Amino acid sequence: MLGRTLREVSSALKQGHITPTELCKKCLSLIKKTKYLNAYITVSEEVALKQAEESEKRYKQGQSLGDLDGIPVAVKDNFSTSGIETTCASNMLKGYLPPYNATVVQRLLDQGALLMGKTNLDEFAMGSGSTDGVFGPVKNPWTYSKQYRERSRQDAQEDSHWLITGGSSGGSAAAVAAFTCFAALGSDTGGSTRNPAAHCGTVGFKPSYGLVSRHGLIPLVNSMDVPGIFTRCVDDTAIVLGVLAGHDPKDSTTVNDPVKPTTLPSVPDVSGLCIGIPKEYLVPELSSEIRSLWSQAADLFEAEGARVIEVCLPHTCYSIVCYHVLCTSEVASNMARFDGLQYGHRSAVDMSSTEALYAATRQEGFNDVVKGRILSGNFFLLKENYENYFVKAQKVRRLIVNDFVNVFGSGVDVLLTPTTLTQAVPYLEFIKEDNRTRSAQDDIFTQAVNMAGLPAVNVPVALSSQGLPIGLQLIGRAFCDQQLLTVAKWFEKQVQFPVIQLQDLMDDGSLVPENGKLTSGSLTQ
Amino acid sequence: MAAPVLRSGFPGRRWALAWIDDCSRLRSGSQIGPISNWARRQSSVAQPSLHTAQKPRKGEHKWAAVVGLEIHAQISSNSKLFSGAQVCFAAPPNSLVSYFDASLPGTLPVLNRRCVEAAVMAGLALNCHINKKSLFDRKHYFYSDLPAGYQITQQRLPIATNGHLTYSIYLGKKHSQVTTKTVRIKQIQLEQDSGKSLHDDLRSQTLIDLNRAGIGLLEVVLEPDLCCGEEAALAVRELQLILQALGASQANMAEGQLRVDANISVHHPGEALGVRTEVKNLNSLRFLAKAIDYEIQRQITELENGGEILNETRSFDYKRGCTMPMRDKEGKQDYRFMPEPNLPPLVLYDDTSVPPDADPQQVISIDRLRDMLPELPSATRERLVQQYGMLPEHSFALLNEVGLLEFFQNVIKETRAEPKKVTNWVLNTFLCYLKHQNLAVSESPVTPSALAELLDLLDSKAISSSAAKQVFEELWRGEGKTAAQIVSEQQLELIQDEEALEELCQATIEGHPQVVMDVKKRNPKAINKLVGLVRKASLSRADPALIKEILEKKLSL
Repeated sequence: MLGRTLREVSSALKQGHITPTELCKKCLSLIKKTKYLNAYITVSEEVALKQAEESEKRYKQGQSLGDLDGIPVAVKDNFSTSGIETTCASNMLKGYLPPYNATVVQRLLDQGALLMGKTNLDEFAMGSGSTDGVFGPVKNPWTYSKQYRERSRQDAQEDSHWLITGGSSGGSAAAVAAFTCFAALGSDTGGSTRNPAAHCGTVGFKPSYGLVSRHGLIPLVNSMDVPGIFTRCVDDTAIVLGVLAGHDPKDSTTVNDPVKPTTLPSVPDVSGLCIGIPKEYLVPELSSEIRSLWSQAADLFEAEGARVIEVCLPHTCYSIVCYHVLCTSEVASNMARFDGLQYGHRSAVDMSSTEALYAATRQEGFNDVVKGRILSGNFFLLKENYENYFVKAQKVRRLIVNDFVNVFGSGVDVLLTPTTLTQAVPYLEFIKEDNRTRSAQDDIFTQAVNMAGLPAVNVPVALSSQGLPIGLQLIGRAFCDQQLLTVAKWFEKQVQFPVIQLQDLMDDGSLVPENGKLTSGSLTQ
Repeated sequence: MAAPVLRSGFPGRRWALAWIDDCSRLRSGSQIGPISNWARRQSSVAQPSLHTAQKPRKGEHKWAAVVGLEIHAQISSNSKLFSGAQVCFAAPPNSLVSYFDASLPGTLPVLNRRCVEAAVMAGLALNCHINKKSLFDRKHYFYSDLPAGYQITQQRLPIATNGHLTYSIYLGKKHSQVTTKTVRIKQIQLEQDSGKSLHDDLRSQTLIDLNRAGIGLLEVVLEPDLCCGEEAALAVRELQLILQALGASQANMAEGQLRVDANISVHHPGEALGVRTEVKNLNSLRFLAKAIDYEIQRQITELENGGEILNETRSFDYKRGCTMPMRDKEGKQDYRFMPEPNLPPLVLYDDTSVPPDADPQQVISIDRLRDMLPELPSATRERLVQQYGMLPEHSFALLNEVGLLEFFQNVIKETRAEPKKVTNWVLNTFLCYLKHQNLAVSESPVTPSALAELLDLLDSKAISSSAAKQVFEELWRGEGKTAAQIVSEQQLELIQDEEALEELCQATIEGHPQVVMDVKKRNPKAINKLVGLVRKASLSRADPALIKEILEKKLSL
């Protein structure tokens, strides 16, 4: 049952094949069994069981709230959850109990979803590995998959060689990939949803900026943050998006226009569409496997009757440095509120003056990555530097936005790009570079989308020669999220990405292959 | 992209009639003259020509002072600028704080429509250019009563720019000449108020009250066109009246709804401007004038003694009447301004630009607000002068007290007495009684109708003016009697019987031959003495003019 998609399990609930409480308990038990993944910071067992009980009552009375009623979900630990600890994986917010729910959380709960827990991340979502949180790194479930174990070298199978999930929403990606929930919320500022989705073999969707409320999401970069969605298939993402999207009076950057329903056609059609391949995304660092899959994917579209053309996004090479300036500047500003006075950590060390209290609190509360970004951001915002850094970066951001505007204006419907440079790497490999370098490398294909506010989705495509997931990214026009997901659904159907085979879960019958997806996909190496 | 989203927060009341204006509170004594009391009072403290009074010594130039003001006015609104928390003065600490005001992570600002309307109206009333598009910025500094670590303000593109404020100043020995002056307005911006820190030095702790945090402020920045404390105080007073008339702010300085910072420098005319100091948090007009004049004099003295002026922030010690450097540990602040990313640009419309399909709740039309502007104080004064033939200074006096104009107009409506008489009674007798007991107009025991009835009796010559004063005093006791009742109870009616009066006059003439002799000798004071004697004999119930007429006839003058 747990291996099914959200839509499948939803219909099982409706037909009474399983009750919400049974489903909830199965997930809770799997969460316990996969504790070693460190995907969850908080497991909200009591809350989830209570919610399941209420959901069950509704089903019994024939008053189900809809597709999400009774569906176990997980939420990244940077979304505020009323009465449930929300830490951002930081000492600064350990023990912080928000008094309110983020709008997206509330909307899930209003539809009857069961909140299984809060998932792990890089501290304040600053990172691309889910390795830099105060609760330790998240382990990629594929490390323990039959596919990886069979194909990777012997030495890679030692316990110390576990793989990272990517980040910063690695906990949510791992939670969905390991079947502990049917959908999870992440956040995406520079790729934080799409990157771990690619490494964990899930769908990872970043909606258009302004489509989904950020109220209650503890911000990284307000002008780029969006709540992201992890699911095991594109249809499931559309279901969740349908619940989350729409104007929120508490977030003035959400659009007022009424949101159309996000049901995708059962037989999506991409013939007649124009698929753009940005030539700047073909970089030397791109792994040959991904490069080859990218090219095969383009062929698939062409074979279906889509027009595939090379397009030019000329300012792409300036994007990452521009992102760095804008990101750290907003970080410096957003982190100013963590001063130990109103909530969160307060240093017990030095109480001689308010300034000393601030300094000690912030020294103890933040990790080096956060502190580093605060320092650079404040540097860029200094009066003497503002024009040269912040304003210039904003101008470059405009150029990058215009690149996309021009491409989409020229008739391109969707862009097809890689999501990451490589497959997931072992933790020991990953930490050889610092967070800043890693973020710059890992966000290379993803952050420009955030600067432009466009919708984008990672679709898992195939397993690498080592048996690890590889994803490709589709980027759509602003607010054409439904069109993007339709294309993604068609693409997903073509590639037939294999289901992860987690040995210990297979053994106890939690995961019985049910839809024949365990066969290799059409895009294999 | 996203449209600006506005909340509705309607004002508690449009007119601040019930509030007692602080400067009238500060006034004391019952010397109520016909001109603006404010100006008169100021003249005793402000020494307007202080700096020019410096007699230039040999080889020296005169000094000129340059004063600019930044005025923060709390917007009169039910809720805060970016949150739904209520706005209310003197509520229990931290009882009016939303999650946003406490800067809980993940909360976002939502702009209050009412605050925007107040800002546009203030901009229009102050002859500003209203920017159809304005932006919000973050201004960063760490302070315990600023929970987010930044204030949202309008640094780059404020809602209104380039206006002017006309105010009046009194010249001449008796301040009887009124001249108008103009100060340019650089800009008006919307911004958040901070919370309040209360330092408990004994226990060395700081208590924080966030009730004020996030209340909408209008920051009005005046160009440095002022030259002394009196000018500054008069300009601020006029601004205060305008904001109150608009209902944009209650602008009560004693309650901190209007706070003024002054930038002050001195230089020799024709030479470059001097280094300026900033005097912060002046919370009464009297202290504003005092602080500015003290600071001007301090700078002149400093420079003449070969010292230099530091670009620093000073505070005014009202007990000692001087300005002192403020302790500023951080030294020069770099506020690291940054665009507020959570608020789209604030877009305003006019009649021609309102999009046809726009949600009316999301549209603010400048033209519509212009149509809604109430009569402004300057126009009211002009109207009073035109309509009632009033002296300009009387029109100032009527507007200078909260509620006094309304009181005056209500008396006018109900009485047959001449407007001039009403003006005199309201500004002299009535206001004098209020001041004496330190009461606001709204607290007066005498209603406009009661005064109107009294003035009718006076107008119809039923009572003398001295009897009228007596009746007014009775009315003030507030025992519920009407003027007519008091007159009849105390037998204060004038003797209408001319024969009886003639008899009284005859008797007085006969009883005071010496005075009569003086009258015949053309001693000008004698006739008045005789009139006085008759009045006394009539127990003040005779009309002096009539007595004089009869006496003159009898003595065949």
